Amino acid sequence: MAQATTATTANQQGDAPQIELISQRQRAWRTFRRNKAAMIGAGMIIIVVLIAITAPLIAPHDPIEQSTINRLEEPSPDYPLGRDDFGRDVLSRIIYGTRVALLIGITSVAFGGILGTIMGIVAGYFGGRVGTTIMRLVDIMLSFPDLITGLLVMAVLGAGTTKLIIAIGLTMAPRFARIAYGSALSVKEKEFVEAARALGQRTRIILSRHILPNVAGDLLVLASLWTAQAIRLEASLSFIGLGVPPPTPTWGQMIRDGTRYLTDLPLLSLAPGLALLFTVFAFNLVGDGLRDVLDPKSR
Amino acid sequence: MLRHILRRLLLAIPTLFVVATIIFLLVRVIPGDPARAALGDNATEEAVDQLREELGLNAPLWEQYVTYMGDLLRGDLGTTLITRQPAWEQIEFVLPYTLELTFAALLIALALGIPIGIITAVKQNTPIDYAGRIFSLAGLSLPAFYLGLLLMYFFSARLGWFPAIGGGDFDDIGDNLKRLVLPAVSLGLIEMAYVARMTRSVMLNVLSDDYVRTARAKGLTERIVLMKHAFRAGLVPIVSLIGIFIIGLIGSSVLTEEVFARPGLGKLMVGASKQRDYTLLQAIMVLYAFLIIVINIVVDIIYTVVDPRVRYD
Repeated sequence: MAQATTATTANQQGDAPQIELISQRQRAWRTFRRNKAAMIGAGMIIIVVLIAITAPLIAPHDPIEQSTINRLEEPSPDYPLGRDDFGRDVLSRIIYGTRVALLIGITSVAFGGILGTIMGIVAGYFGGRVGTTIMRLVDIMLSFPDLITGLLVMAVLGAGTTKLIIAIGLTMAPRFARIAYGSALSVKEKEFVEAARALGQRTRIILSRHILPNVAGDLLVLASLWTAQAIRLEASLSFIGLGVPPPTPTWGQMIRDGTRYLTDLPLLSLAPGLALLFTVFAFNLVGDGLRDVLDPKSR
Repeated sequence: MLRHILRRLLLAIPTLFVVATIIFLLVRVIPGDPARAALGDNATEEAVDQLREELGLNAPLWEQYVTYMGDLLRGDLGTTLITRQPAWEQIEFVLPYTLELTFAALLIALALGIPIGIITAVKQNTPIDYAGRIFSLAGLSLPAFYLGLLLMYFFSARLGWFPAIGGGDFDDIGDNLKRLVLPAVSLGLIEMAYVARMTRSVMLNVLSDDYVRTARAKGLTERIVLMKHAFRAGLVPIVSLIGIFIIGLIGSSVLTEEVFARPGLGKLMVGASKQRDYTLLQAIMVLYAFLIIVINIVVDIIYTVVDPRVRYD
């Protein structure tokens, strides 16, 4: 990130105005902190992360232990959200489901982020036929709805957690590629890149040491926004039945299984849905706040 | 104008060609023998071999590709692996359901989303704006299937106002529409959040333009400034976004069709994915690509009609 500084005047004592020097990063943090909604979102994310980390401690029961004689039990003090059709504790499954949602949401965005950033930087830096080919592919991928791309990839790869991460990552990659491409195009004309080239530095070094750090800031911010979509997509694919295989508890799968008992035990599907909504909403709030920091005009 | 449309159509051909090729290759990567998958584990080796021959799977990849592309050029989407019917027959049956759902949801999304977007932009940084923004962000956070379930729970299971599942018959239009209400509302409300956000951001840009300030300075009433000056200018970028809205709806409709057990392209694709019916999957993907390209061209044409500044000669 560039270390540009901005001066803000702070009239402290007497006539001599003191100038407070703050970096771009500090200024961004101040803007973000002033955004109440984003701060609430950050607090919500912390709660979700804590739940995921402490799941074994706070979950009242084993999330996969079945008890067929107690299946579809109504909520009780011991089982506050009742039991599902295998007699498993719904609350514990929701708590453990947090782990799956975060794990897949974050890793798939990381995977898509790395892949997309490489594609974008390579296309932007080299340009020409390579660049055009990569970006045409990116445009085609972007024109398809995420869910349809995800579905196709899952159909090709088959079920499984790693495959799900790849499928969601592949839907995220073109977005990163678009942004990285634009940034790389503008950065490559800067003097310091020209200087590095003139000094005879290798392309790989120029890309990783000079171009990447200048592109990374924007991409990290957008990653938080896209994590929300990745979690939503994971739940959607699980809901369709193409997500993490059972018995691992996932919110999408729980919602799907619960629909059969919607009339009598609505909590079975409505409760995990609320957990999903809470989490995605939290990431969206933060992502929105971060975008305001990046682009103050959109506020 | 006509030349521009023709050029766009011609440019769409290579795109469709590339997409069809990618899909062809992707589908061939699917592990396992499609013929074995179609017939099940109990089928004899002879039966599997016979099906492989019938499907042309014994031919080299390039030959399969040439046959596939040739068929596609003639408008033949192939035969499905599982039911052994022409893929188009299955698609033809479900397509009207998806189009009906998408169209109804689009109307709801635009009818509610555009006014909300305008109001929140005009009342920027007031409680109304904050409420509108939080509301639309919540809409963006809600997966289409969850809102569908909530509506199904309240309006079908509790109140019994609408049938919960199925798509109805097009011959019985009353029943068909009744079954359309909940899916269309759930899909439309989610997309509305997106429309409202986009409209707000477009209107904020327009409202800070010089001519709006001039209109206000002339002493025009706020209503005229908004409706005659700002909204007209804002309409152009909004129209250009309709294509994105429709494509978003087509994507989300997969979930809505799944929740309401409605026939549709999305549901057909989910079934094909689960059964690994790769010829049907291929056909549906090509159709999606075709629809997306056509939607973009149509929106482009509407754009030139709405905005007199845009001329392609």
